[in-house]
Amino acid sequence: MKFLSSWLDHRTGYKKVLHEALFENVPGGARWRYVWGSTLTFTFVVQIITGIFLWMAYSPSSQTAWESVYYIQHGMTGGWLLRGIHHFTAQAMNILLVLHLMQVLIDGAYKAPREINFWFGLLLLLLVLGLSLTGYLLPWDQKGFWATKVATNIMAITPFIGPQLQQLVLGGTEYGHHTLTRFFALHAGVLPGLMILLIAVHVYLFRRHGLTPKQPLRKPDAAFWPDQVLKDAVACLAVLAAVLFLIIRPRLFGMEPGPELGAPADPSEPYSAARPEWYFLFLFQFLKYFPGGTEMWGAIIIPTLVIVMLFAMPFVGNWKLGHRFNIGFMGVMFVGIALLTVVAMLEDRREPAYQIAVQSAARDSARVKELAHARGIPPSGAVTLLRDDPFAQGPKIFARNCASCHRFEGHDAIGRKLKEPPSAADLNGFASRTWLKGLLNPENVSSPAYFGGTKFKDGKMSKFVKKDLASMTPEQQADLTAIIAAVSAEAQLKSQHSMDQADSELIKKGSELLKKGSRCADCHQFHTKDEDATGPDLTGYGSREWLIGLITNPGHARYYGKRNDRMPAFGDEKILDAKSIGLVADWLRGEWFDAGEIATDSRPAAPPKVASASSGRE
Amino acid sequence: MRFLYRTVRFNVSPDTPVNPPNRRSFLKEAAAILIGAIASLVPLASGLFVFMDPLRRKSKAGDFIFVASLTALPEDGLPRKFSIIADHTDAWSKLPPSPVGAVYLRRVGQNVEAFNVVCPHAGCFVDFIPDKKSYLCPCHNSTFALDGKISTPSSPSPRAMDKLTAEVRNGNEVWVKFQNFRAGEREQIPA
Repeated sequence: MKFLSSWLDHRTGYKKVLHEALFENVPGGARWRYVWGSTLTFTFVVQIITGIFLWMAYSPSSQTAWESVYYIQHGMTGGWLLRGIHHFTAQAMNILLVLHLMQVLIDGAYKAPREINFWFGLLLLLLVLGLSLTGYLLPWDQKGFWATKVATNIMAITPFIGPQLQQLVLGGTEYGHHTLTRFFALHAGVLPGLMILLIAVHVYLFRRHGLTPKQPLRKPDAAFWPDQVLKDAVACLAVLAAVLFLIIRPRLFGMEPGPELGAPADPSEPYSAARPEWYFLFLFQFLKYFPGGTEMWGAIIIPTLVIVMLFAMPFVGNWKLGHRFNIGFMGVMFVGIALLTVVAMLEDRREPAYQIAVQSAARDSARVKELAHARGIPPSGAVTLLRDDPFAQGPKIFARNCASCHRFEGHDAIGRKLKEPPSAADLNGFASRTWLKGLLNPENVSSPAYFGGTKFKDGKMSKFVKKDLASMTPEQQADLTAIIAAVSAEAQLKSQHSMDQADSELIKKGSELLKKGSRCADCHQFHTKDEDATGPDLTGYGSREWLIGLITNPGHARYYGKRNDRMPAFGDEKILDAKSIGLVADWLRGEWFDAGEIATDSRPAAPPKVASASSGRE
Repeated sequence: MRFLYRTVRFNVSPDTPVNPPNRRSFLKEAAAILIGAIASLVPLASGLFVFMDPLRRKSKAGDFIFVASLTALPEDGLPRKFSIIADHTDAWSKLPPSPVGAVYLRRVGQNVEAFNVVCPHAGCFVDFIPDKKSYLCPCHNSTFALDGKISTPSSPSPRAMDKLTAEVRNGNEVWVKFQNFRAGEREQIPA
């Protein structure tokens, strides 16, 4: 052993290097306040290790970025842990940077002759922020996409070179493949490469000038090894423990562990929950205070001045009160950042629209994972799974187009309570037996949930229900039940499938009554031609085809004809395309892909089932 | 640890105080190394787990796939190449039916013989040379006879071309149980 070590030392001189590395003098002995530099080095190494492994599975293009991250997290063994460590260590780094900067400033370690080292530290800080910014986009989810869009649009207001700079960063005028390849190259190549160089110089300069001890010294000097190394190691382990806790934290709330992955980026899908990651929230909040035309001050000039001020600190520190001024400046800066962050969070917490946007984002995110897991992802990308999904799109289309008059479970289908009272029926459970029973209830028919807000409030149908159905013989009651079953069966709702099968006799009886022998037949057609019919045709009532026809043109003779209240012909007037009408019709009918209905394959870590936030039907 | 001390300590400069190795300092050293190792190994291990993920994946057992109609095969028993069109999952992508490989089909009496086009030597795409009525791999000149057997002693391939189970169904449909095998082995081992 001894021979081997001296053989190696003779050729490499490693003993001297090792000695220099381990036996650096620590004036006053090891202290906890010196650990921050080491924890930062540690987190950087963790990011390099986990980053390289993520790199092996990540695919930067707008059709594969989200998909590959999804696959890492849900399809590969331990992928959630790997991505979790990378994700949360990045956040830890931002906190450690602040602690390191505070320690350096308070202990006066930035003053001569350590100015250059201090500047290198500040450059490293900026590089870490750059890594955070570029990394945020890479999963290509809605959150990262919209937040980064804001960041790059701010970049475009830089004087003189803004638009060109933005175009260079985006790799074009629009977000796309080259935005990802560029961000990825910056994130995994350029910025870490620069960081390695700068860290080397930073550590070299640190060793050259030695540690700046906190006065007064409490103990005799000691070597770096083992006391300080032990403290550093314990601090690194604590950082790792915190990171691991953040990864498994969702488990405490019964969710999958691992970092968040939103729905795939979609430029056509508004995302009101767009926020930068928490460590940039202060900048986001700061911008709110700059009215139109002055945002340059909030986004560029003031932050630049603060950074310039930080760089000037070693000079300021030479003055009599300079050090105190620097500490004061730092205090104001960090308190300001903390305040802005807290205000941003509080404002969001108090804003119901933001809360609904967050819920809606979570719903989309869970839904797309459910679809990707059960059906696989088409080559066009996971975003198409969501765009073609009635469960995801139905409520949004409804909220945008229908909720100005209709309601769904009393709200606008995505959870917003609207101030104005509804002026058309609540369509939750439309065409189901329960819904029809409500319509044919004398107490309900003129309520806002049915005809209350429409011109049919005192129409023929309302009058009939209120007068004729108010007092029925038991026999008539039974007929009505049969009629409801028969009309509802026309819809062929998934939720009533077994009920419809079991009640075939009842439905048959109801059908006969509808064709003749009941008052319904006076106004409504049902599988027979009736030129005198004035009410909507009940043939195929509530079925996909019937509903699409109604939305396309409610004024068609088959539906309300000239009596149509205010409902626009969404199809004929080209307000909605056929696909959207189909999606909203399917959603109203509860007709969407349900992973619970098919046998799932054997892949592990099935994403959580979608909580149906805005639908009571699942 | 002791070794580290012995190797490093002898050229300690006089101005650097070094505590003499004692029990307390040994415990500290052991703790520092242990804790440092745990902190570094967790991220490394999580990465290695993901890196090793491909080893968990098993190749799909071959399914019978409709390849061509019998009438498309030459009567004279010469082979013809056909693509294998199948559903295919590539990591996260579920691809619509598309070519996943190719086979040579030829008539043998009432039956059909199928060979995977991949050379068992190193995995190149084997050509059929009609003039010579034999298969030739363009990479390392492996040669195979019409029945897929190695035709020259100097052929580098360790085994005959990979024969696949073929069936004629409903009188005119050729179905093949498509599978790839490991190259370079004497025996057929599913890849």
